[in-house]
Amino acid sequence: MYPVPFDYEVAESVDHAIELLGEHGEDAKLLAGGHSLIPLMRLRLAAPTVLIDLGRVEDMNYVRDEGDHLAIGALTRHRDVHHDPLVQEHCGILSYTAGLLGDPSVQHRGTLGGTLAHGDASGDMPSVVSALEGTIVVQGPDGERTIEALDFFQDYLMTALEPQEVITEIRVPKLGPNTGWAYKKFSRRSQDWAIVGVAAVVEKNNGSIDSARIGLTSMGSTPIRARAVEEALSGASADAVAEAANAADEGTEPASDGAASADFRRHLARVWTRRAVEEALAR
Amino acid sequence: MKRIHVKANGRDFEHEVEPRTLLVHYLRETLNLTGTMVGCNTSNCGACTILLDGESVKSCTMFAVQADGREITTVQGLAENGNWHPMQTAFHEQHGLQCGYCTPGMIMASISLLEENPDPSEEEIRDGLEGNYCRCTGYENIIKAVQQAAGQTS
Repeated sequence: MYPVPFDYEVAESVDHAIELLGEHGEDAKLLAGGHSLIPLMRLRLAAPTVLIDLGRVEDMNYVRDEGDHLAIGALTRHRDVHHDPLVQEHCGILSYTAGLLGDPSVQHRGTLGGTLAHGDASGDMPSVVSALEGTIVVQGPDGERTIEALDFFQDYLMTALEPQEVITEIRVPKLGPNTGWAYKKFSRRSQDWAIVGVAAVVEKNNGSIDSARIGLTSMGSTPIRARAVEEALSGASADAVAEAANAADEGTEPASDGAASADFRRHLARVWTRRAVEEALAR
Repeated sequence: MKRIHVKANGRDFEHEVEPRTLLVHYLRETLNLTGTMVGCNTSNCGACTILLDGESVKSCTMFAVQADGREITTVQGLAENGNWHPMQTAFHEQHGLQCGYCTPGMIMASISLLEENPDPSEEEIRDGLEGNYCRCTGYENIIKAVQQAAGQTS
């Protein structure tokens, strides 16, 4: 289906985008790669009156080494995140997930900032960035602020972004040699949404676990941290993983839909959390 | 309406387009490049795959205005002086098609795949083409075609 008609503006810079957002009000939407927004517009689930295209802003596509973390420009495409040598070396889970989501043609258009701004709890990146405890840098009329990933995702397709704010950068920690990671995605068909996904980032210490951060995909209206598992794994031995993973669905509110029942999602969260932590420990 | 300028299959075009015009419809209906197919319309099936500045993209999930100033290659721009692109020859010789509907997108995605990874394993070919559906062949001959184009078989 064709989207509802809209006006189209090209943002020359982030400041210009903020200005245009102010000018056109709340029915204006930012367009980055468009791989979440355009399908929604085609289904007429979204009908912005104005699209402000960020695609011509040059200086938002980068990966920089900032000492203890990587800074990634919001318009960096998934395929570029996937292939970037710095991301591959220092944040393997992000490179892996960028290469997993959608398919190569989708990755050639979709951007890291765009997928986070869309804030879909069944998207892969929100739970991975949550497990990484990444930071989202946004710019608005009053200047720049940083938002922790955990505070960024507020409800179904709703983020902490204010109407006139633009995501400019994503910061993720550089993972050291003692950090294992895995992202496990359960879906029926290639390039489907995750029925359940589990991101695990595990700090290892001579075969046991110092701490673990677990992010769950498709287990509620936002990406969710499996806190009960994280607590059970803190300072635990590798033998404790199976039992700890049984708490993966605590505090979650998965939906029942055509893909899976809520009960099946709870089951999958437990099984795939165990597998994700085991894989992270082995990596 | 917005004025856009694109280079498609080596030729320059300038048109007024409505912002909501999808790139695939601009290619098919304005430029008459009907070799590029409309399939699922939801960015899943890959029938509409083209090259944008040399990389595969799904032209049903892009507005024509976003292609302003960019270079587009469709399946109809591959042959040179009447000679098929090696990927086209490989699909022909390996019979990598039955009904042919997915073939234009499949060929464009396969060219992009080899551009990025000139010597892919079978698994890498299957992964690389996951965004292109074929409902006839069972994919076996498509894989063989990509292997032939990569110079892995004759």
